Amino acid sequence: MALQLMQSVGEYVTVVSEAFKRPDKGSVFRRQLMSDFAALGLESFGIMAFISIFMGAIITIQMAYNIDSPFIPLYTIGFSARQMMVLEFSPTILSLIFAGKVGSRIASEIGTMRVTEQIDALKVMGVNPANYLILPKITAAIIFNPVLIVFSIFLGLVGGWVAGSATGLVPSDDFILGMRSWFEPFTITYALIKTVVFAFIITSVSAYKGYTVKGGSVEVGKASTDAIVISSILIIVFDLILTQMLLV
Amino acid sequence: MITVNNIKKSFDGQQILKGVSTVFEQGKTNMIIGQSGSGKTVLMKCCIGLFDVDSGTIEFNGRVFSNIKEKKRKHIRKEMGVLFQGGALFDSLTVEENVMFPLNMFTKMSLKEKLKRVDFVLEHVNLRGANKKYPAELSGGMIKRVAIARAISMIPKYLFADEPNSGLDPKTAELIDKLLYELTKEFNMTTVINTHDMNSVLQIGEKVSFLREGMLWWEGNNKEILTTDNEELNEFVFSTELTRRLKK
Repeated sequence: MALQLMQSVGEYVTVVSEAFKRPDKGSVFRRQLMSDFAALGLESFGIMAFISIFMGAIITIQMAYNIDSPFIPLYTIGFSARQMMVLEFSPTILSLIFAGKVGSRIASEIGTMRVTEQIDALKVMGVNPANYLILPKITAAIIFNPVLIVFSIFLGLVGGWVAGSATGLVPSDDFILGMRSWFEPFTITYALIKTVVFAFIITSVSAYKGYTVKGGSVEVGKASTDAIVISSILIIVFDLILTQMLLV
Repeated sequence: MITVNNIKKSFDGQQILKGVSTVFEQGKTNMIIGQSGSGKTVLMKCCIGLFDVDSGTIEFNGRVFSNIKEKKRKHIRKEMGVLFQGGALFDSLTVEENVMFPLNMFTKMSLKEKLKRVDFVLEHVNLRGANKKYPAELSGGMIKRVAIARAISMIPKYLFADEPNSGLDPKTAELIDKLLYELTKEFNMTTVINTHDMNSVLQIGEKVSFLREGMLWWEGNNKEILTTDNEELNEFVFSTELTRRLKK
């Protein structure tokens, strides 16, 4: 078991280091990058927006129902919603969702290319397949995921504000006051650092699982599931490590 | 000319190639035949550099290709075209983009020149007008022809084809054989074809290498194969009632 784990880590490092070599042709890399911005980033915008708005709304309503003490001011709800969105929900929970959506897509796409000899075809042409297939995906996610997370924070707060106002549980002024209170700009930096690390984990682990598939469609399906499971576990573990390192 | 010199290859302790030596001649269709598990595919994968050999050498016109660094192989790889069993076309690219792929990666041709080359090779494989189609929209025979077009788009010196007729009806199979033969003559290529199809061997096998249990058992041409007294080869070639009757 330990030997197998070490072998997998070694394989992962080899694949990722192959991916990080200089691209064979810059123009081809840029074209791939643009395509991956669309496939991994823009196509995730809808689900990100939907989940963020509703989560912001749910957080606000739940908090309003649970805070019934007259000694706790209502603006605390706006403050708490902001902190939850910035510190945990947007960077971590959305990354877990991306691990499912983007991770399975990458693993199955690259895995299918492996079993249908498309990766062999790239190799015999003299192209570095890991570099051609994986580097644009990692780069696209590292650049685009922070953008998505910033939108997620914004949309989550909008969702909370609308829900609080529409239900009458939190007056608009109180929610906005809370949202603006005790703001630490570093929390945004913290959220963005986490997002970049999680984006790297999702894309590199999923690409590795797809790239090293052996067999047929069953193995591609298994690689896709493994990619989601391993990425999710690593996201949670690194969430703890980064929180300890950056916030404590 | 490709010189294979006493190559040996094992997987997990099982020796697949037990010292194979042969020469694939320029301007000829060189065919490798043998039963499943005889080592044909392993021999071809060693020749195209997908497997490293345990011992022995493979030379392309006197230039050693086996067991050298990938960077040093690149020059020879650009002179090589490979047709994989399933075609290995890139699903996300159109026929035109697939054929243009090696040109995009390794040449500084203008778009106009590249499109001219694409039309030239597609015309050679009788697929003019299919430029904008995706692989999913093509029949099995068309996929093979596009794969041939991609393999010859750089006008290679060496062409490898792994089971080019597998999964094709007899008429389309004959067309593919004829096409490979004509391209070999037109571009004076060293063509190596791995096949089970005795019809192909008898039609275009200018040099035939029979592999058995990882060893080179017999060599000759498509005329000699009919008159040889090699017992194992006869057993393989005339294994069906129909071929036995034809021989009589």
